[in-house]
Amino acid sequence: MSISKIMKKSIWTSNPIAFQVLGVCSALAVTVQLKSGLVMGLALTFVVSGSNVILSIMRHYIPHRIRIIVELAVISSFVSVLDLFLQAYFFDISKTLSVFVGLIITNCIVMGRAEAFALANDPVPSFWDGIGNGTGYALVLIAIASFREIFGSGSLFEIQIIPESFYDMGYSNNGLVLLPPSAFILLGLIIWSLKTLGGAQGEE
Amino acid sequence: MFDLNLISIFISSIFIENILLAYFLGMCSFLAVSKRVDTAMGLGQAVVFVLVLTAPINWIINQYLLLPGALAFIGLPNVDLQFLQFITFISVIAAVVQLVEMIIEKFSPSLYMSLGIFLPLIAVNCAILGVSLFMVEREYSLIETVVYSAGSGIGWWLAIVAMASIREKITYSNVPEGLEGLGITMITTGLMSIGFMCFAGINLVNEESDNPALYDEEKNSIDFMEQNNDNIYS
Repeated sequence: MSISKIMKKSIWTSNPIAFQVLGVCSALAVTVQLKSGLVMGLALTFVVSGSNVILSIMRHYIPHRIRIIVELAVISSFVSVLDLFLQAYFFDISKTLSVFVGLIITNCIVMGRAEAFALANDPVPSFWDGIGNGTGYALVLIAIASFREIFGSGSLFEIQIIPESFYDMGYSNNGLVLLPPSAFILLGLIIWSLKTLGGAQGEE
Repeated sequence: MFDLNLISIFISSIFIENILLAYFLGMCSFLAVSKRVDTAMGLGQAVVFVLVLTAPINWIINQYLLLPGALAFIGLPNVDLQFLQFITFISVIAAVVQLVEMIIEKFSPSLYMSLGIFLPLIAVNCAILGVSLFMVEREYSLIETVVYSAGSGIGWWLAIVAMASIREKITYSNVPEGLEGLGITMITTGLMSIGFMCFAGINLVNEESDNPALYDEEKNSIDFMEQNNDNIYS
């Protein structure tokens, strides 16, 4: 499989969130603000591509029976590095994301790609597969997060974008968009529109 | 105050801060296994079981091996192993799941038949790791951790069984094309989450605070917390 094919497949035709329902947990929790959504997307891309490469290199030496534990060990080392990095250089964001950085370990995308792709392919395609899936995940996150931040707080990257005159005319922020239920409903609608637009392939 | 606090943690982890509907943890297996009520029951029970086992074990390991200064008893007071937290927690969870699977298989084949297939799924369920991480972040004591993990597990169980019963009904209804399956499930979960938000009014500790001693104690602790916050921010 060529790199462009892998990228297209993982970003669009089998987007991990929309069509495979993987890694939804964190997708919903960190999308109140665009900034945290974006950082989460980048973080996941880093972890998936890194662990994919390592696991792909090690794949002939991992006994089949204990592969899950080996995968978890590799993934959690990457996440530990990432967590320490965020704490050192982006302390505010690391506080906002709180436990969700750690939860990348159990994010089904990472495990799923390790199982489905890295253990059967060479390091280079595995790397691009990781980048592709991470990007696909990040794009959905960015879509949800921009919607929630614009309509929930009237801003984007914490910069006010809905003009004051709107508020004077009686517009007000929709508080519901910031609450957990709206994240579920938004994701449902996104899945619906993506399926109707027709990237849909291989669900279940 | 102490007992009340425990009840409050228990109730709030089931209803108010439901681990699935408010923190979105354990969504993957929630979506995959909520098609039938009986399998949902099985997975729910297995999650409660594994949660109540792993969270206290992780608490003990965190408290006595990983926290800064925890290794003082073998003469290493300056060692801080917190960077190993993720890798330790996930190994404990994976090991406990494996162990539980073997024990159940040996001693109770009937239970193994009903729970066994779900146990491997649980090792990578975010809810299990999430509870361990939340317990560290909120600095719970050991008893609070046990109560919190039981509450979270039961809350998750409740949510998945409710969802499975709704989905069994939905199979008979006429869902728009493209929204079937995953889409409608997400939206239903959203509506359920709105329902659970009604519980947010429950606040056990304040209700009972007409007892003056209790009230003072609570007020003091709040003052103390505010002072602490001031210190942090100044």
